[in-house]
Amino acid sequence: MDETLLRSVVPTVIRVLGRRGADFAAAEDAVQEALVEAVRVWPEEPPRDPQGWLVTVAWRKFLDATRAEASRRRREERVEAEPAPGPGQEADDSLRLYFLCAHPSLTPASAVALTLRAIGGLTTRQIAQAYLVPEATMAQRISRAKRTVSGVRFDRPGDIATVLRVLYLVFNEGYSGDVDLAAEAIRLTRQLAAVSDHPEVAGLLALMLLHHARRPARLRSDGSLVPLAEQDRGAWDTALIAEGVEVLQAALARDRLGEFQAQAAIAALHADARTAEETDWVQIVEWYDELVRVTGSPVTRLNRAVAVGEADGARAGLAAMNGLDPSLPRYTAVAAYLHEKDGDVATAARLYAEAAHAALNIPERDHLTRQAARLNVLTDGGATGSAGGR
Amino acid sequence: MAKYLLLKHYRGAPAAVNDVPMEKWTPEEISAHVQYMQDFAARLESTGEFVDGQALAPEGTWVRYDGEGRPPVTDGPFAETKDLIAGWMVIDVDSHERAVELAGELSAAPGASGRPIHEWLELRPFLTAPPTITE
Repeated sequence: MDETLLRSVVPTVIRVLGRRGADFAAAEDAVQEALVEAVRVWPEEPPRDPQGWLVTVAWRKFLDATRAEASRRRREERVEAEPAPGPGQEADDSLRLYFLCAHPSLTPASAVALTLRAIGGLTTRQIAQAYLVPEATMAQRISRAKRTVSGVRFDRPGDIATVLRVLYLVFNEGYSGDVDLAAEAIRLTRQLAAVSDHPEVAGLLALMLLHHARRPARLRSDGSLVPLAEQDRGAWDTALIAEGVEVLQAALARDRLGEFQAQAAIAALHADARTAEETDWVQIVEWYDELVRVTGSPVTRLNRAVAVGEADGARAGLAAMNGLDPSLPRYTAVAAYLHEKDGDVATAARLYAEAAHAALNIPERDHLTRQAARLNVLTDGGATGSAGGR
Repeated sequence: MAKYLLLKHYRGAPAAVNDVPMEKWTPEEISAHVQYMQDFAARLESTGEFVDGQALAPEGTWVRYDGEGRPPVTDGPFAETKDLIAGWMVIDVDSHERAVELAGELSAAPGASGRPIHEWLELRPFLTAPPTITE
């Protein structure tokens, strides 16, 4: 059974039920039930028309759920009267579903879960596994989210930025369990790009493609992180890079710069360098300047300091860190990196150990501990730095 | 089957035999340690005895209720806190003996100079639901 194909028709099936009179929450429930049945039945009896099968079964589930015979008859009459939608309306409906699932009244976690279920067509169990929470918890999260958006009306167009933020969150979650969330985020962003011509949608898609291209080189077989400079660039996916660059160039040509386009431009410059040494750091700094202008975010300024360190030397990089809050994530790791580059190995070793202490994920913590260890070997064990512990 | 918590401490456990902070190991020794831990968890998964494993950040915050209509009081982290949990593994095993055996293996994870750390791990049985048949 082609699960991706199965999942790709889910939003359409929800919309069909919606046009037949089902509200979003009921339609989404019915499609989820049909999906669970498809997973059970299809391996034995694959349907000739998967979408038609899902519509039929989901509609039956919906009618079963609504039970009341009178309301059933009313709804069935409405079906007969339903005009077939034109292509423009399909696209509008599709976009509306994205807006609904990313509605600003939802918490990020709820919006992510609802998007993955109603647009991604994942089952509650799969979403729960991907986010390492019990299935009952995820089921509750989704049904609460649906209650929250049940009264939403679309008299105004939604904000595409909220949708992009949700897709970005899904992409960044990466890979856990049997669902590849990064690939799923790319699939959903592609679908979105097909119905929306906003350049930031293209920017996000390009950003995802360019980062996804590096994935085969990002981790060693034991799960440890490989820094960008040490990655085997031969293992990068050149087809994804080419596509990402093409999508990005088309977006940039429209001259409406946004944060995702700028981030994608930086990723594209990395992709463009055949070796780490060939990286065009001067241009990367320029893009970080743009990014700082667009977002003003301290995290961006911190990343910019790394690029400045590469373009103009470690001292300039350290100077670019001036005024930043030391409690920023990765602040200490960046300081460690720049101090090592500046030749101050003892300070760098101490800072790496400190950064490991504050790391928020295990591969990063292990990586930073190894960096500290590597430098401590050089400085005969280092007299300072007991912060890391085990 | 009975569930046990294997608790690893940043601070508060008796000193390990091979007690060297990790950043003073060589990078290869760190890799060997990480590999040992992964292999251990994978082996317990394959025997059907693994339930969960998590690591905690070293610093946290103390929080308590401060009365109706008031936000909770927060305090800390306290540098002098004696007991600091680093992480845990939950196992589901047939006997206390098996739990002790596995904790011993985990404590043998290699550290500085590639020798076992001999780290003290705390083994705590889960309290369970009451059994249905009591007589």
